Formats: sequence, structure tokens, C-alpha cells
Amino acid sequence: MPTRTEAPRRPPPAMAGRLARLLPSRSRGNLADQLFGILLKAFGLLLPALFVFIVLRIGREAWLAVGTFGWGFLLSSDWNPVLEEFGALPFVFGTIVSSFLALGLAVPLSVGVAIFLTELAPRWLAPPIAYATELLAAIPSVVYGLWAIFVMVPFLRSAVQEPLSERFGDAVPLFEGPAYGFSMLSGAVILSIMIIPFISAVAREVLDAVPRAQREAALALGATRWEMTWQVALPYALPGIIGGAILGLGRALGETMAITMVIGNGPEISASLFAPGYTMASVLANEFTEATGEIYLSALMEIALILFGITIVVNILAQLLVWRVGRRGE
Amino acid sequence: MQDPRPAGAAGEVIQLEARDFSFWYGTTQALEGVNLAVPKRKVTALIGPSGCGKSTFLRSVNRMNDLIPNVRHEGDLVLDGESVYRPEQDVVLLRRRVGMVFQKSNPFPKSIFDNVAYGPRVNRLVNGRAALEALVEESLRRAALWDEVRDQLGENALGLSGGQQQRLCIARALAVSPEVLLMDEPASALDPIATQKIEELIHELKSEYTIVIVTPNMQQAARVSDRTAFFYLGRLVEVGNTEEIFTAPREEQTEAYITGRFG
Amino acid sequence: MSVRAGGMAHAGRYARRRRLLSSFMLALTGVASVIVLVPLLLIFYYLISAGAGALNLDFFIRLPAPVGETGGGMANAFLGTVLLVALAGAIGVPGAIAAGVFLAEERHSRLARLVRFVADVMNGIPSVVVGIFVWAWIVVWMGRFSLLAGSVALAVILIPMVARTTEEMIHLVPRELREGARALGFTRWRTTFGIILPAARAGILTGVLVALARIAGETAALLFTAFGNPFLEWRLNEPVASLPLLIYQYAISPYDDWHRQAWAASLVLIGFVLVLSLAARFAVKSPYRGG
Repeated sequence: MPTRTEAPRRPPPAMAGRLARLLPSRSRGNLADQLFGILLKAFGLLLPALFVFIVLRIGREAWLAVGTFGWGFLLSSDWNPVLEEFGALPFVFGTIVSSFLALGLAVPLSVGVAIFLTELAPRWLAPPIAYATELLAAIPSVVYGLWAIFVMVPFLRSAVQEPLSERFGDAVPLFEGPAYGFSMLSGAVILSIMIIPFISAVAREVLDAVPRAQREAALALGATRWEMTWQVALPYALPGIIGGAILGLGRALGETMAITMVIGNGPEISASLFAPGYTMASVLANEFTEATGEIYLSALMEIALILFGITIVVNILAQLLVWRVGRRGE
Repeated sequence: MQDPRPAGAAGEVIQLEARDFSFWYGTTQALEGVNLAVPKRKVTALIGPSGCGKSTFLRSVNRMNDLIPNVRHEGDLVLDGESVYRPEQDVVLLRRRVGMVFQKSNPFPKSIFDNVAYGPRVNRLVNGRAALEALVEESLRRAALWDEVRDQLGENALGLSGGQQQRLCIARALAVSPEVLLMDEPASALDPIATQKIEELIHELKSEYTIVIVTPNMQQAARVSDRTAFFYLGRLVEVGNTEEIFTAPREEQTEAYITGRFG
Repeated sequence: MSVRAGGMAHAGRYARRRRLLSSFMLALTGVASVIVLVPLLLIFYYLISAGAGALNLDFFIRLPAPVGETGGGMANAFLGTVLLVALAGAIGVPGAIAAGVFLAEERHSRLARLVRFVADVMNGIPSVVVGIFVWAWIVVWMGRFSLLAGSVALAVILIPMVARTTEEMIHLVPRELREGARALGFTRWRTTFGIILPAARAGILTGVLVALARIAGETAALLFTAFGNPFLEWRLNEPVASLPLLIYQYAISPYDDWHRQAWAASLVLIGFVLVLSLAARFAVKSPYRGG
């Protein structure tokens, strides 16, 4: 019987000939199979080898800075290449704060979209919306940056920052200072727009996977649709949603171009959302090609190593969570 | 209750009545002009080959079918004299009065206690922890599960055996004090011993609840029900006292089905 | 039971409130969807309104004008991006597919689990870190920024993506096909090359196209590898321009004409990326492609 794959293109006689040519002589087959297995393993090992190589390369270049500054590198906030003082704290701070702010904005919106698509949207509406959110993931980072510079930042400055800092600037540290526009807030907002597609895709997938029997059980007991969603579907999907959020966090931590273009790139630690910030990825993008001197370069390498380490840990966490959810489903 | 109608010589009260009820999924007709009276505090079994509409009928009573897009109905389903499809009917309240037990047990992945307490909590049926605990205990007792789980109320319901899970789902349904209990093949996934327990339970519950049970198993229908309705191709072929249906069916199709000549 | 008789009227009021809350919250999820879609619409609106005007033939065939002058084009960046993506594909795709075949063939072996885990983790490495790694490796070794370094950086990003999609696409091939071939006396490698890979071909191609679309828009990994070049360049050992790099450079410049060109270039880049993704999504038809 013709199989489904072969059917459309090849007429049966050609296929028979093909099969005949492919039929092996047994003795050669075993040796070839062994070689094939070894070759495949070699290619499989390519990835772990590459991973180790990346760690070693960057680690070696960073070693000078690690030895020179020790833990002080992470605790000092002085970044002065001219005086060869290097403290990474402002960048670590900026990276973590901007990413978590972005997560705080993105998670509720993503879960909202996912609930809308799985529970509420009529059949004709859900696929185009899902596709549109996926499209957000396909836009290159630098295009987000361009749009943010000329559209989003001016909007945030006039519609959010100026009114808030005029009214509350003196009393609330979060809204302190002049409204430049290029700020931690702008960085967090653009990051959140960029990670929403990842989180909402995962959230939609796990909400879709909630068994119908669970939903019906709740409804049959007199729950409203929202109660069913909030008390039964969401808790069931929660581990997956957390996994998706951590995946989004990983993206946000390592995101470079768009945030570099809007966060203001000021190595300061400020309580205000309206003050410029600086992230690890941004300082690498801005200063790496200009870095003169061994110790400056090595300090940047150490930042790359720390960023690498943080994103790896976050990604491993996400993988373990997603893996556990997957296993529960089996 | 309002509108108590005598049915037959025994003077039974009709709790639920289908009046010329038809149902469509999109363009596919699943039920055609069903007229069926379900007596109060009796067990009515719905039998028939798969796809005959018996589950559709069951799921129309608590309007579970509302969730499926493009469905419509004609005729009416009347519960205690009032249409379940009347515009001012709140489905949330309807589902409180009409409990449902599903084919496959579907406890929430929560503790045994929280499973039973779910309905009372969302519907705010009781005030205070003590009252809630009493209600949970009462419900578990009625479902003949209390003695088996009294010491493990805090444990995850998914740790129970299949038969226990199904009885937990029954307890969960009872906790909102329904008048009618719909059971959609409640024992089809259970072993014979667990099935027997469920059947004994049905027998006890009918003193307080009106039960409508869909079952693929004719012996089961014969064992547990007072009345039996035979569905075929979306139509109600015959309904009557269970004994009569199984010993002296009036319709040829019914006889063919119960003697196993098709199905 | 105690609650059966009383309280239906009260329950009715409470149920109405719950129904209102339910409608309100579900409406909020609709609002969330609108909020999420607004940036997408705005981005496309601005790309078209600000970018389309700057598109003309010069834009595609001329080199950038000197700083401060208007006019000129991005021929160097178009050539550079095509070269970078093509070369990265040539470097990365074969090995990535082989790694994907390994993952699919030895699905449950301990090594495969490790490799799968590493691939997933590598998918999360920030591209700027990949750029720095390739700088420390290739650029330092060659003593200069180059097309080769840029391509290697993009290949490092591409390999784990393609490896994983290849694995998934192979899983979609029905077991019976494999078992049928083995039952006919096919060796393992002939089964893989003669039966499995052709069956999964369309799906694998989809994965490759998606990955190429992704690296075509990549910027951070090229900052310290391809670096950029104001002239047409195709030699492996010379720095080369790329569309995203030029967009970045123009976007942060103070010149209006460059801003206009950055929009235009973004429009072209998005078009390029979308064509690749759409090709992946619709043009490639196969019975064994994931939805």
C-alpha cells in the first residue's frame, strides 16, 4: 500500500524502483549503521560542546576582571573607564528592575489575552488575534527600538511622565525628577510589549490543555464562567503559566537593542521610574567596540559572563518547570 | 412545588418534563420531538445506542450544551413547572438545582475537602467554617464515602481510587443540595465492585433526589431504575416502567435493542 | 438539607452579582487583548506611513550618502544581510539538522536528554552574549571584524533553534512509516535518509525558514562581529553592513533624513521577515507539518 507521504508526488512504479535501490545488502548495513550512529552522536554533541566553548571563551577573557575586582565588581556602582574603576551594580540593577517591571506589565496582559482567546472569543475571532500576537514576536528588536524612540517614548513622556511627575513628583520617589522620556519606565514598557507574545502563547497553550471535564465540573456546580476560569482553569494551568513567565523573563533580561535605544543609558541607581537606567546588555552594546585597555575589556567580558549566567539559570528554571508540566500531562 | 402533575395511576409527581423537545448542533439534529416526563424521587434510565441523543438530552437539562457554539433547540424542558430555557432563568441557579455527575470522574486537583466545598463556597450556601465542615461531612456521608476518607480530608483527591473519585464527585454534586441529579454513564470507567457501590448509592439517593441516569449497560438500567426511556436516532422510542420495558416492550426497536440484536 | 428550603431569593441576588462580576472580568480580558494589539497596529501604521515615502529605486541600489547629506541608499546593507543570512544558514543548518536527527533517533537516551536540555537553554542565550563570544573567538583570531564572524554569530543563534524544530518535525512522522521501513530490511541510516527525512522535509524547511527570518532581524550579535561597512563588501574577511545594524545607527543619529531611511529600512526588513515567516506558514504544505 502506498504510504501517505509518498502518494502525492511519486507514481507507484517509481516508488518501487526507489525502494529497490534503497534495499541494502545486510553485511554492509551493519557497519554503515554503526558509523551512522557514531556520526549522529557527534553532531548531537555539537551543542553541548558549543555551550562549554562559549563559557570557556568568555570566562577566560573575563578572568582578569574577576581576579582584579573580586566580589566588589558586583557591589560597586562606580563605572569610570578613564580611572579604570569598574562596578557593575547599576547595570545589574537596571537589568533586573527593568525586566521585573516588564514582567509585571506583561503577565496580567498575557494571561488576559490567553483567557480571552480560550474562554470568550468566538471561533472566527480567536485565530486572527492569536496570529497577530505571534506576529509581535517576529518583529526585530531594532524595529521595536526605532518605533519606541519616535512614537512610544514621546507618548509616555507627555501622557504619563509629565502629568505624574507634576502632580506627585515631589511626594512619591517613583515619579521624581524631570520627565526625559528615555527612562526605566520606557525600557520596561518596550520590554513588556516584546515578551507578551511568548508568555501569552504559553498561557494559551496550557489553558487550552485544561480538560473540558474540569471546566464542566465547575459549571455544573453553579460556578459562573469567570469563577470557572479563575478558580479551576487558571490554577490547573498555573505551573505552565509560571514557566511561560520565566521564559519571558529570560528574554527580557537578555534583550539588547530596543531597551538600549530607550532606557536612557545612565549608570545610576535611582528609585524613580522616570530616571534613566542602564542594563548589562546595553552597556555591552554601547561600550564594547570602544573599550580600550585590557582591564576595561575584561570588565565588559565579566558583565557578559554574569548576564550569561543569569539568563542560563532563568532558562533552566523555565525548562524544568515546563518539563514537569509536560510530564504531568503524560 | 407548583404544578404537581399526576402521572399514571401511582399518583407520582412529575419533576421534569420535556415537551416536544428538539435539539441541533449546527445543522445536525440530535433530538427530535422528545416528550418525556421524569417523576420526582425516582430513577429514570436513558438507554440507547451511542449517538442516539441520550447524553444530549441529559446535558440540555442543566443547559451544559449552552457552552457549545451554534446549538439551538425547539420545544421546551420544564423543571418544576418552569421552563429551564425561559429568558429570566439564571443558569447558575439552575445548575445548583440540577447536579451532574460525569462519565469519567473529574475531581479538581485539590483536597478532598475543597472538592466537596467548592459548590457551597462559590454559591455561598453556608456561613462559617463549622457549617461548611458539617455540610461536607453530610455530603460525603450521603455519597457513602465518609468512612473511607474521614481521616484524609486534606489530601489530594487525585490520590483516591477511581470508584472513590466518582463517589467524591457525587458528594460534590450533592453538596449544593440539588433536587435533580443527572448522571452521565457514571460507572462506565469503573470496575465491577466500584460499580456495585455506585448502584447501591443510587438506590439510596432516590429517596431524596430525582435521578436521571444515562447508561450504556442495559443490566445496569434494569437494576437501578424505576423507569426506562429508550432513545434511538434522536427520538424517544418508548418509555415506561423499567420492568415492562425489559419484559414486554411495546416497540419492536426497543425489543431489538434490549435483546442485543443491534446496538 | 438545611439550606435547601430557604434562601433562593437571596441566592438569586447573589447570583446576579456574580454574573455581573463574571461579565466584567471577561470583558477586561477583551480589553487586555485590545491593549496588546494596539502596539502592533501602531508599529505597522508608522512603518508604512513613515517608511513608504522613503522607498525608491535609489534606496535599494545606492550606497549611503555622506553624513549630513540627504539621499543615498542602503545597497551595502541589503547585500550584507543577504550574505550574512545565507552564509549563517550554510554554516549552521546541516549540523543543526544532524543534531535534530540525533535527538529524534535517540529520543530517550540520556545523552539526547542532555542535548535537548542544552539546546533549549541555548535558545535563551542573549544574542549580545553570542556576539561577544564570537568576537573573542573569531574576531580576535582574525584580527578584524568580518563577514565570517558575523555569519558564525548568526549560525550560533540558529543551530539550537533548527535542531529542536527538526526533532519535533521528525516526531510528527508516523511511527508506522519507520517501522515499516525497518521491517522491509532497511538499515537505520537508510530509513532515516530514504524515508524519514523526505517525509519530514517540509516541516524541517519550515523550521529553517523561521530561523532564517529570526536571524535576518538580528542586530546585537552583529555589533562586534560584522560591525558594519559603508561600502559594498562580499569578502569573508572584511567587515560587512547589515540592514538591522544600519537601522540602529540611523535611528540614534540626529539626522531627519536618516530617520526616514531607518523607517524605510525597517519596513523592508519587516517585509523580508514576514515573507519568510509566511512562506514557512502557508507555502510549505505537508501532511507531517506541525500546526
